[in-house]
Amino acid sequence: MTAIDDSFLPADPSTSKGGPVLVVDDLTVRFPTHDGLVQAVSGLSYTVEKGKTLGIVGESGSGKSVSSMAVLGLHDPRSTRMSGSIKVNGAEVIGASEATMKRIRGNEVAMVFQDPLTALHPYFTVGSQIVEAYRLHHNVSKKVARARAVEMLDLVGIPQPDRRVNDFPHQFSGGMRQRAVIAMALVNDPGLIIADEPTTALDVTVQAQILDLLQSLQREFDSAIIIVTHDLGVVAEMADDVLVMYGGRGVEFGPTKDVLTRPSMPYTWGLISSVPDVHERSDQKLIPIPGTPPSLLNPPAGCAFFPRCAHKDKVGGDLCETELPEFLPLAGNPAHLKRCHLHDPEQIYVDEVAPEIFADASEKLEN
Amino acid sequence: MFGYIVRRLMTAFLVVVLVSMVTFTLFFKGPSDPASALCEETGGRCTAAELNSIREQMGLNDGLVVNYSRFVKGLFVDREMYYQGEQMCEAPCFGISYGSRQPVTPQFVEKWPATVSLAVGAVLLYVIIGMTLGSLAARFRGSFFDRAVVGVATVITAVPYYVLALVAWIVLVLQLSIFPETGYHPFTDSPVLWASGLLLPWVVLAFAYAPANMRYMRGYMVESLGEDYIRTARAKGMSQQGVVFKHGLRAAIVPMTTIVGLEFAVLLAGTVFTEFLFEIDGIGWWSINSLGNPIDFPVLNITGTAAAVLIVLGNLIVDLLYAVLDPRVRLA
Ligand SMILES: Nc1ncnc2c1ncn2[C@@H]1O[C@H](COP(=O)(O)OP(=O)(O)O)[C@@H](O)[C@H]1O
Ligand SMILES: [Mg+2]
Repeated sequence: MTAIDDSFLPADPSTSKGGPVLVVDDLTVRFPTHDGLVQAVSGLSYTVEKGKTLGIVGESGSGKSVSSMAVLGLHDPRSTRMSGSIKVNGAEVIGASEATMKRIRGNEVAMVFQDPLTALHPYFTVGSQIVEAYRLHHNVSKKVARARAVEMLDLVGIPQPDRRVNDFPHQFSGGMRQRAVIAMALVNDPGLIIADEPTTALDVTVQAQILDLLQSLQREFDSAIIIVTHDLGVVAEMADDVLVMYGGRGVEFGPTKDVLTRPSMPYTWGLISSVPDVHERSDQKLIPIPGTPPSLLNPPAGCAFFPRCAHKDKVGGDLCETELPEFLPLAGNPAHLKRCHLHDPEQIYVDEVAPEIFADASEKLEN
Repeated sequence: MFGYIVRRLMTAFLVVVLVSMVTFTLFFKGPSDPASALCEETGGRCTAAELNSIREQMGLNDGLVVNYSRFVKGLFVDREMYYQGEQMCEAPCFGISYGSRQPVTPQFVEKWPATVSLAVGAVLLYVIIGMTLGSLAARFRGSFFDRAVVGVATVITAVPYYVLALVAWIVLVLQLSIFPETGYHPFTDSPVLWASGLLLPWVVLAFAYAPANMRYMRGYMVESLGEDYIRTARAKGMSQQGVVFKHGLRAAIVPMTTIVGLEFAVLLAGTVFTEFLFEIDGIGWWSINSLGNPIDFPVLNITGTAAAVLIVLGNLIVDLLYAVLDPRVRLA
């Protein structure tokens, strides 16, 4: 990777406003369909601070992509019902004019999509697509924009960028295409990059490279990142904060270290026990979460995770089944929120859950 | 690429040869006998001896293979032909029309511009109308405009073409006289007459072809507008117009080229009913007129061969265009 020209570095950081890049507050996204109203996202709130990384995890179908796309106003207003608030650098996105959205999209917030094979237009060269992205927000000649595109391709580690800039996407490998998509996302130096499962479609060997690239570019550009993933390992490695989503809602939020070491609701426990290597302990037992994700057409009245929850008995009465738990801070840690009726989840985790997950490890220690 | 074209041209050539052989055989073995028609014409009664001498002079007694080789030879060198007297038929000779008693090749050359004019005008018109309405319908998919366009297209498609053309002719030309008299006048004589004589057939053909074209275009646009790269373009901050008419259209153009290219090839081979109804003296009308008794085989032979060549070449050109338009396609 080569150093970039100074002019392409973000402007003096002190000039940019303080405060979070993104504040999502009580976001609801619903799609009316033939089968009924799909409640893809409900009452979702989170904040992304400047230059920080938020990891959003959850099973597929939990509303990660829908909520991310809402940030860019990418849902068709004719077939989507949205409420709540999304503020990008203080500007409201929900109900914003097309002109406002055009300014935000690609310029203040850029997106890296899951599948780089389909995210690029097959009939335009990689370079022209980056040039286009740059010229949408910068009034410069094609020549200047092209130089910028070459520079960006170089920055993301494409060899011979001045030659490859003229290639069509199909002439790039999957990893290179994702690099190109990242180059395109960064070309306008956005304050926030939303990467929606950026490595899911890639070879395992390439995945780590792309994540490393994102991290090093984040340092270079000082941009915030939302990394959407269902891989807690990625979160552990990259994210400052983590939001766990279930059935279209946030169910746990907090600093990554807190959430991973003191997870406070059963769904997060399930996630941790169903993925390998979160704590780099390869002797960890993998326990899949039993049951299926909730229907978004007829969401349960109470806690959405209730039918799959192994700890519901510890809550008195039929609270879990009838009443939606609020998204509240843990006692003693206002930054760490959970949506769960359990009174002392921390204790349950330490006493019951953790020993089970790491049973193998302790067995070995005993022997 | 070059090798590919050479190979494709060779197959194309073989297909045309095969078509011509089949046409020739069907006629030669078929019931229509130009000799007996000629014989009856010459003087009331036609004796077996007279018939035989005419057949002998025309070479019909010599069998299929000999006749076909004479025909092939005549494509390259001038040939003496008999049909009510000796005539010189210049290469490429497709024979002498039993109707006009003239070599058909010069007549073909004379009539084809009318057909080409008709086809070019109609294609331009319906491609512009069909693709514009189709992409707008896709852009405003589900809107009243979309439904109206698709609805009208469905209705038009349901009407048989000859009804459509006849009604247009009767109402617009005979009753209301909105459109000028139809007919073909060479462009080089008078561009105004050329255009005015072709105006109604252009409109009618466009009216008939535009709905299907609109539907294809709408379908391909809807498909391309649902692709991930469209979302990428919007996420970059592109305007909706830019997204639809740059990224969406660019993808839809590729399959449309194939469809329009093949339609154009068919139109260039002659539009039978349109030329007949609007009295455009082109090869469509010419070939339908050749189906009398006897069948005017030389006319059918040259128009049929031309159609085969056009369609085979049309396919080749369309495939080459596809490779030009889609960077992923490599011809080999
Ligand atoms: N345009 C749409 N219309 C109807 N349902 C949708 C639409 N987009 C997404 N959904 C539904 O919303 C839910 C959440 O989807 P998504 O956010 O893509 O999940 P994920 O967390 O895997 O990214 C899914 O059940 C999906 O089927
Ligand atoms: Mg997703």
